[in-house]
Amino acid sequence: MAELLQFLLSGVTVGAIYALVALGFTLIYNASEVVNFAQGEFVMIGGMTTAFLYAAGLPVWLAALLAILAAVLVGIALNKLAVEPARGAPVLALIIITIGASIFLSGTAEIVFDKQFHRFPAFSGDSPIAIGGATILPQSLWVLGGAMAIFAALYLFFTRTLLGRAVLATANNRMAAKLVGINTGFVMTFSFALSAAIGALAGVLVTPITFTSYDVGVGLALKGFAGAMLGGMGSPPGALIGGLAIGLAEALTAGYISSDYKDAAAFIVILAVLFFMPQGLFGAKQVERV
Amino acid sequence: MRLSTKHATLLLLLAILALAPLLFPSSFYYRVFALIFVNALAVTGLVILLGFAGQVSLGHAGFAGIGAYASALAPVHLGLPPILALLFGAALSALVAFLIGRPILRLKGYTLAVATLGFGILVSMVLRNEAWLTGGPDGISVPALGLKDGLKDLGIKLKTAELWYWVSGIVLVLGAWLALNLQHSPSGRALRALHDSEVAAKTLGVDVAFFKLKAFVVSAIYASLSGSLLALMNGFVTPEVAGFLHSIELVTMAVLGGAGSVVGGFFGSVLLTALPQALTFFQEYKHLLLGLIMMLVMIFMTEGLVPSLQRRLLGRRA
Amino acid sequence: MTFAPAKTMAAALVAVAAFALTQPASAEVKLGSTLAVTGPASFLGDPEAKTLKMLVDQVNAAGGINGETVTLIQYDDAANPNNARTFATRLVEDDEVIAVIGGSTTGATMAMIPIFEDAEIPFISLAGAVVVIDPVKEWVFKTPHTDRMACAKIFEDMQTQGIAKIGMISGTGGFGKSMRGQCLDIVGDYGIEVVADETYGPKDADMTPQLTKIKNSEGVQAVLNPGFGQGPALVTRNYAQLGMTQPLYQSHGVASQSFIDLAGEAAEGVRMAAPSLLVAESLAADDPQRAVVLAYKTAYEGETGQPVSTFGGYAYDAFMMLKAAIEKAGSDDPAAIRDALEATSGYVGVTGEFSFSPEDHLGLDLSAFRMVEVKDGRFVLID
Repeated sequence: MAELLQFLLSGVTVGAIYALVALGFTLIYNASEVVNFAQGEFVMIGGMTTAFLYAAGLPVWLAALLAILAAVLVGIALNKLAVEPARGAPVLALIIITIGASIFLSGTAEIVFDKQFHRFPAFSGDSPIAIGGATILPQSLWVLGGAMAIFAALYLFFTRTLLGRAVLATANNRMAAKLVGINTGFVMTFSFALSAAIGALAGVLVTPITFTSYDVGVGLALKGFAGAMLGGMGSPPGALIGGLAIGLAEALTAGYISSDYKDAAAFIVILAVLFFMPQGLFGAKQVERV
Repeated sequence: MRLSTKHATLLLLLAILALAPLLFPSSFYYRVFALIFVNALAVTGLVILLGFAGQVSLGHAGFAGIGAYASALAPVHLGLPPILALLFGAALSALVAFLIGRPILRLKGYTLAVATLGFGILVSMVLRNEAWLTGGPDGISVPALGLKDGLKDLGIKLKTAELWYWVSGIVLVLGAWLALNLQHSPSGRALRALHDSEVAAKTLGVDVAFFKLKAFVVSAIYASLSGSLLALMNGFVTPEVAGFLHSIELVTMAVLGGAGSVVGGFFGSVLLTALPQALTFFQEYKHLLLGLIMMLVMIFMTEGLVPSLQRRLLGRRA
Repeated sequence: MTFAPAKTMAAALVAVAAFALTQPASAEVKLGSTLAVTGPASFLGDPEAKTLKMLVDQVNAAGGINGETVTLIQYDDAANPNNARTFATRLVEDDEVIAVIGGSTTGATMAMIPIFEDAEIPFISLAGAVVVIDPVKEWVFKTPHTDRMACAKIFEDMQTQGIAKIGMISGTGGFGKSMRGQCLDIVGDYGIEVVADETYGPKDADMTPQLTKIKNSEGVQAVLNPGFGQGPALVTRNYAQLGMTQPLYQSHGVASQSFIDLAGEAAEGVRMAAPSLLVAESLAADDPQRAVVLAYKTAYEGETGQPVSTFGGYAYDAFMMLKAAIEKAGSDDPAAIRDALEATSGYVGVTGEFSFSPEDHLGLDLSAFRMVEVKDGRFVLID
């Protein structure tokens, strides 16, 4: 029992990060119908910038704030310089553009930062907390709490604020949103900025546990993407459930089946879902108009 | 004299194959061009899938991996001579493509992309983990084809790099010829129809599922042969040959040059294979430049380099 | 259809030909190198490249080798064997070097070996696996200890502690997998049984599931973690988090101060078999390696501002022995250099004391490894 609990705690911690990355995918997809393969790089920017600023002497909270700001700027630049100019391009071109952006960003990080691994201190220490025979790090609670808070805040944002509802409207029907006076260009830029901020925050929360380096982006993007597809691309609750599910599947596979094929769990789940439920768990059924 | 696309492309490839060696200052260039040809072979397959049929695949290196490891393992475990191992790999890839093709090709767009991505990653994972068979991440050596010695017996002495230049070049020309034939055949037209609109094609009686599967299987065979040749050329193979990065490189080569044509795919292969060699003084900035090129070309020349340059140089659509 | 593609192709060909600038022959010693400076093995290749550059500058400032300037042509293969082979071909055919130091990873090395054997150019590999020099190849040498030796040294230490049952948790990267294989091969010779055998991926963020399984295995007295990169630091943290108290042994893949920095307090008490470079200051005054090791450490840290790396040390020894061989051969002839290299005997390097022979192109024995332990955030020698 304690063993199972340990696996679950591990899976949920890692899954929370995947969920945040998946959320980033979802936000951008909703605003612009683009799957942003560079999503993982925001997490990397958040973690690496904080680590470097902290090493340069700033307190962690200030370093984190600046790191999130840096990620937001990168997100806006990505939208303005790479995605908007390519509006209307075929899906494949957009895939190449965002993968190219991912490679570009990690290549730049390699030079601006360095090739080593980094971390900074956990927010409330490293002493593990015992829960029913299993242990969890305090920082994991920050990660879980942070993820919950972000999802809750987003829910409120989408349902209670005008800007949030404008974003939802744009996602639903771009043309109609324009017709009622919503500045859809701004909505798109805002979605990228928000997505980047969430990714960077995820990076800040998780780096004390998992460390960071210039190339962590790709792996996170793949897993986060898998989570978003599992939950249904375009559905924020889907992103949460999908990300957590991937994390849990990984931990349980490592624990009970084979640690060698732990990563395969995510992709096998994805393939199964795609074959039997292509719209994902919570996605809308796609209707192709002739 | 107006040449058809098919003949012009083949003539161009043959001309390059025959004349390029005259410009080579050292046999290193044979190696670079051999790599270009081997990549172009896989990319030609992708052009069939991506360009003709319009189906995305982000995991095609998985088939290259199957071909490469078939060349490494079949002679040792199944006692096949290297030539047959190559064909065995192609047959195996075709079989796998056939089996997973039907369910996968029902998907479209991003879902198809992630499904093929998952396939590629699973293949590379198996190759990395089953070290008892594949040698694991450190790789395994590949039994030689024996061509070099065979030719020596016939009195032709070639360096390894030169030999592979000619072998891969000839295989590429054959592959291009087959692809071009396909393009201009009823099957090719069916693929173009379903690329444009699956629904319309269906209403015209085109068996969309069958043709998609055919394109998938054929492109898998191309990728497999490319992987086998690469393994034989290097004498050594590691799981990276099936990895995500390799898949992305192949797709980028196809798309950069212009995914709709064989010559576009070849040009993309030249660019992405030769550029890192030309830019070695920029080695630190390699990734940065690759990412930048990918973004810039796709933003400003969405159809790919060849069609866009054609339009600019000629002022009309080709 | 027109010849427009032909035009663009011609332009491309001209560009390709244009980057071919043949170098005129000159009185210089041309050495080549292809390392994993970027990519997943960059913590191997980066210090190696920096070390080589530093040494070449030093040697040229002191007058070169045999009075000739040393030119180092350095390529980055990113640990990709395909790239490695291409650069090896380029070094041999285009750049016309007389010797090569390189191949940070086993995969890259194995892909390159046939090129050097064919072209008869001496090659010193910086890869870890035993297969590089076993069976011996005429033109191939290597400086890093084999992972087999690391296993042997660790098992020796375990034996003296009376440990008979261990758990293993290995990284699935090349280094971890190779060392795990070698360790499983020889563990029986030391009367030790492996009762738990787990793995983790190089990019994994959490190893508590695997460690939990090991924790719950009967009778585990110690745990061995072959691997490199961030994995072992995470394993060490998770180890402490789960409250596991059995001795934890790491591999020389993390023989660097940054491992301790990343693992934090959890690293206290961790043991590993490491080259003496790691404990340079605690070496006895009469230790033959002390002078060499301290000199390299000071120079490297002064030049790059980064902590010295044992991987850079492999490149250091390779270069110094090559330099000595070229001086001894007195010429640019690769065959003479190879013979001089093979005759190296008793060379005290940073990694250990090397003595090559026609049957042994590694030249090290177990004394090149020292058992070290982490105490108060630093590595200390235990003997």
